[in-house]
Amino acid sequence: MMKKQSFKLLAGIAVLLTVSTPVMAETPEEKGFNIAARSDRSDRGFVNNEVTATMILRNNQGQESKRILLQRTLEVQDENVGDKGVIIFQSPADVSGTAFLSHAKILKQDDQWLYLPALKRVKRISSKNKSGPFLGSEFAFEDFTSQELNKYKYKWLRAEPCPNAPSLTCDVIERYPQYEFSGYTKQIGWVDQTDFQSRKIDFYDRKDELLKTLTLGGYEKHEGKYWRAHELKMVNHVTGKSTDFLFSDFKFGLKLSDRDFEKGSLGSDY
Amino acid sequence: MTIKPHHILFGSVALLLSSLGGQASAAEIGGVRVSGFIGVESRVFTQNPKHAGQKTGLEASVIFNPEFRYRTEDRAHRFTFIPFYRQDSRDDARTHFDIREAYWQWRGNEWDVLVGINKVFWGVTESAHLVNIVNQVDGVEDLDGEDYLGQPMINIATQQDWGRVDLYVLPGFRERTFPGTSGRFRGPLPVDTDNAKFESGAKEKHIDFAARYSHYFGDWDVGLSYFYGTDRAPVFSLSNDGTRFIPTYNLINQVGTDIQYTTGAWLWKFEGIVREGQGDTFAAAVGGFEYTFYQVFEKNWDIGVLAEYQYDGRDASAPFSAQDEDIFAGVRLALNDIQDTQVLAGFSIDQSSGEQFYNFEADRRIGENYTLELRARFIADSNAGDDSFALEHDDYIQLRISRHF
Repeated sequence: MMKKQSFKLLAGIAVLLTVSTPVMAETPEEKGFNIAARSDRSDRGFVNNEVTATMILRNNQGQESKRILLQRTLEVQDENVGDKGVIIFQSPADVSGTAFLSHAKILKQDDQWLYLPALKRVKRISSKNKSGPFLGSEFAFEDFTSQELNKYKYKWLRAEPCPNAPSLTCDVIERYPQYEFSGYTKQIGWVDQTDFQSRKIDFYDRKDELLKTLTLGGYEKHEGKYWRAHELKMVNHVTGKSTDFLFSDFKFGLKLSDRDFEKGSLGSDY
Repeated sequence: MTIKPHHILFGSVALLLSSLGGQASAAEIGGVRVSGFIGVESRVFTQNPKHAGQKTGLEASVIFNPEFRYRTEDRAHRFTFIPFYRQDSRDDARTHFDIREAYWQWRGNEWDVLVGINKVFWGVTESAHLVNIVNQVDGVEDLDGEDYLGQPMINIATQQDWGRVDLYVLPGFRERTFPGTSGRFRGPLPVDTDNAKFESGAKEKHIDFAARYSHYFGDWDVGLSYFYGTDRAPVFSLSNDGTRFIPTYNLINQVGTDIQYTTGAWLWKFEGIVREGQGDTFAAAVGGFEYTFYQVFEKNWDIGVLAEYQYDGRDASAPFSAQDEDIFAGVRLALNDIQDTQVLAGFSIDQSSGEQFYNFEADRRIGENYTLELRARFIADSNAGDDSFALEHDDYIQLRISRHF
């Protein structure tokens, strides 16, 4: 009995300590990192998932073009190594079956392979092309492949109502890519204080001018703990073009292992 | 050039079929996913034919390539069926049917097993595919030799931390396809594909064997392969009546390696083989690089520069290869636009004869479901005795429109 109570007390002190830690003398850099880490770690333990993504590309005259992708992600727990991911193209029909495999690294270049179904050929590709457009969209390769916590340095700026969810309060954080060949000098992100999810990101180009804005919405909780945005919208302020990413059919806990994310397996599960 | 009635027939059949698919792509019928394409292709030759029997004028084709796929809910079993058919207006040998893929695949925890007809590609280089040997070249399809016939096989594979091992038992040899008497891209005499000879007493029933190890170590991707069986390329002899070439297929042992080193925007590539069974044991190799300039001219365009060098130590008792001592250079342009517009311009020069080969390829999507592919290929400075002298009048421009579904 005594034991149990003292344990509770200890736990209470521990909670108090964790809650109060951010208020203690923390530099804006530490605070920025801690908020980003909390957001990143809120996702811990998902192991793997699969999702169907519909990409709608819009030019500045409003003309639309559609792509459908199947995305699979394998969580790598070690924060010094990135996650593994496969993107299988489903439409347009002429590229269906094409697959893109990425083993994310932190500061080194990612390992990337492309599978071309017509020849059944696997090609190791250069991952230097961070800032190039992904499938002709307003998303750059790095917008997908460079979301690891330690790929950036951080700085907390301020707290304010979330831009697209005013009932929530957001921490506004600047992050600076630490990996080579990024097309961005910095990104400014809004992360809510309730669910620790990213709500909006402004991307600044190499000239430090505002290039693109990503808004993330339609958040839903999966498996009782993993938040996933279902609607991403990227607007390019320079060209007036935009790309929507609509996610559907999230699946967790699939029978996927390391070998499903190896180059030799590309094309054998489609 | 005259457009003949069957051209129009082909065209209208294609158009009819193309409109059937509606807007949806990758239809699903009873759990079976149906996709593929139907294409209309025409070739224009810039010169009159060189050899007796070859026809002149426009050559038109319709290509039908549907794909049927089924996978069980638990992902353990997969069935694929991909037939292929080409109807050609001019060359009966080019009108052909093939089963590109028809297999059952089982994926276990450690091992994969595949039984049926399949296609396998090994290698890294662009100007020659030395290491790639499992599938026979579908020689009537394209001059680039990148179309292959389906190969019957039993393939057992395992993926481990240290790499992937594939073992292949290959029953049923596929003879290479060659243009007929009226077709282009042939020697002075047509190839008699009905009377092929084989070194093996089992002839086309000889069971071939292949094995491959592939993995990556940091920036290095490495493949090692072994093949024992009937070589996919034949040597030719004159028929008794002197009107045809008779293909003879030898038994060979071949080891191969393909290596790519990827660093920054550089891809360094090498393929090499050592082959025993055709005259003296010989080695052949191809190596080079590809460097890409990303987002050039402040646009989303990528420009890649490629160069490769070929070496081939074979003697006259081995099958002829035009890719023996050539230097290849090319430029690849990708616009990275919604239509996936891509252009490849390349040329190769034979170091000893000075003979040149020019290749231009451009691809673009139109709307959501159509693609346009342009090919133009020219041979220059070819003299008697040179590798491609027999093809010196076969410069051509080809356009293919495909409806994908």
